[in-house]
Amino acid sequence: MLLFTLQKAGSPEDAIAAAQAGARYIAGGTTLIDLMREEVERPERLVDINALPLKDIRVEGEDLVFGALARMSEIAAHPDVLRLQPLVAESLIEGASPQLRNMASIGGNLLQRVRCPYFRMHDAACNKRQPGSGCTALDGLNGGHAILGTSEQCVATHPSDVAVAFVALDATMRVRGPDGERSFPVEELFRLPGDTPHLEHTLLPGELILEVRVPGGAHARQARYLKVRDRASYEFALVSAAAALEIEDGVIRTVRIACGGVGTKPWRMRACEQALIGRPPDRANLEAAAKLALEGTRPLAHNHYKIELLPRTIARALEMAGELA
Amino acid sequence: MAVTPAVGTISAAAQDSSTMTDTLRISVNGTPHELTPDPRQSLLDVLRETLDLTGTKKGCNQGACGACTVLVDGKRVVSCLTLAAMHDGAEITTIEGLAKGGELHPLQTAFIEHDGLQCGFCTPGQIMSGVACIAEGHAGSPEEIRFWMSGNICRCGAYPGIVAAITDAAERA
Ligand SMILES: Cc1cc2nc3c(=O)[nH]c(=O)nc-3n(C[C@H](O)[C@H](O)[C@H](O)COP(=O)(O)OP(=O)(O)OC[C@H]3O[C@@H](n4cnc5c(N)ncnc54)[C@H](O)[C@@H]3O)c2cc1C
Ligand code: SF4
Ligand code: FES
Ligand code: FES
Repeated sequence: MLLFTLQKAGSPEDAIAAAQAGARYIAGGTTLIDLMREEVERPERLVDINALPLKDIRVEGEDLVFGALARMSEIAAHPDVLRLQPLVAESLIEGASPQLRNMASIGGNLLQRVRCPYFRMHDAACNKRQPGSGCTALDGLNGGHAILGTSEQCVATHPSDVAVAFVALDATMRVRGPDGERSFPVEELFRLPGDTPHLEHTLLPGELILEVRVPGGAHARQARYLKVRDRASYEFALVSAAAALEIEDGVIRTVRIACGGVGTKPWRMRACEQALIGRPPDRANLEAAAKLALEGTRPLAHNHYKIELLPRTIARALEMAGELA
Repeated sequence: MAVTPAVGTISAAAQDSSTMTDTLRISVNGTPHELTPDPRQSLLDVLRETLDLTGTKKGCNQGACGACTVLVDGKRVVSCLTLAAMHDGAEITTIEGLAKGGELHPLQTAFIEHDGLQCGFCTPGQIMSGVACIAEGHAGSPEEIRFWMSGNICRCGAYPGIVAAITDAAERA
């Protein structure tokens, strides 16, 4: 690991000042330490933000608010989360391991880096690690890579599970930077790779994530996360789907769908949602709507299977959500 | 990972308004320690190299295998993915801290009774994780144990014995 200095922030102002002076925030460290050891991340200064008062999990009306430093395990086990946002809890439990979930913060989770193997291989070209060097995955082993939102410069998926749940549920986030606070949808945190895959998010320099807010409602209480992967637990998604449903008088009144493992960012499936409004949630309708997720997909040499798997995962997740009624 | 103290860099950071964590006070298995780790040292490296507590194992050093599992303030974590310097004031429990007065922890005994190991390399991590798994209330059935122990990989495939040992110890707890 390269040399760096470590300081501790006592307040958000302290932390932001340190970041303005070039320090990187460190929360759980489960992404950052790993990549610093590989010398993929090379910060010269770290500022430990764990003492900041951003650990709250609270209910406001039907909304749930998570402080950026709340741990994955704490949110997943919180009774109000289980009651009002079972999808958020499920997406967290299906991610990483019990140990990692005790360490990992929700802010850090959203900013975790890609799991493309070439990103960590210093002898392989990777535009994300070294802009302009090329993308080894494009013609390499790309079975786990994206079929939506890709570019000639990068085809890596965004690995977060809970981000998929947040995007499905229209979650917003509040951040504070040198110029004050702002709020925006979590969906807008993520950038498509385009010609600049090394730029992954829309935070401005020095901006600190303060909290994530997830709006509640009948659909949020009837929502599931289905993660399809190579083993039953402790593995990243091949394809995942977050599905939330509100059914009234036998027809779908509200529906939210987002998918992981397929896009270069968590992918909201709006065409599928629109096709389901006002329809009975039967298998034929769910399958027909799920197929609309394939629009614009561009499979690579080794990930054609995702074309079959994606609509099936969506249909099954919707069915699972329906079964909660 | 190198362990030379980065003295120069510490004083550079100390000029900031934020406070610098130079002295690290941790309690390991009930014994207090005052240390000045290199900022790059993981909790795992401090346990193994500075404190000579080599029961905690380094498998992958990437957070993926669970061999380095210890309890920090009662919660299981992978000690390879966390900087020691970030744990000022913490109470750490390692495999060396489980036995009391020469008597093995019930889960250690259960691992022996149920053949929960072969080469033994993953075992300290399995046992620390298993202790937490039981304390969390996640050891109610073999299925539940398998899910909540999935952060601990065993190359020898001693899983049936591990699950049996945790089931047994959970029933007796
Ligand atoms: C073996 C393994 C398996 C995993 N499996 C999964 C999985 O299946 N699903 C899944 O979703 N994740 C998985 N993860 C990823 C894990 O969830 C993330 O590493 C973790 O959530 C990151 O959180 P952290 O607090 O440790 O972040 P850190 O490592 O501390 O930080 C990550 C990034 O976020 C920035 N940051 C942190 N907090 C803030 C803040 N408040 N404001 C601004 N910037 C901030 C840091 O500067 C850094 O760039 C896995 C990780 C490992 C090691
Ligand atoms: S897919 Fe992205 S992360 Fe992977 S090699 Fe290509 S540029 Fe790098
Ligand atoms: S050595 Fe820490 S998880 Fe493998
Ligand atoms: S007993 Fe050998 S790795 Fe588990």
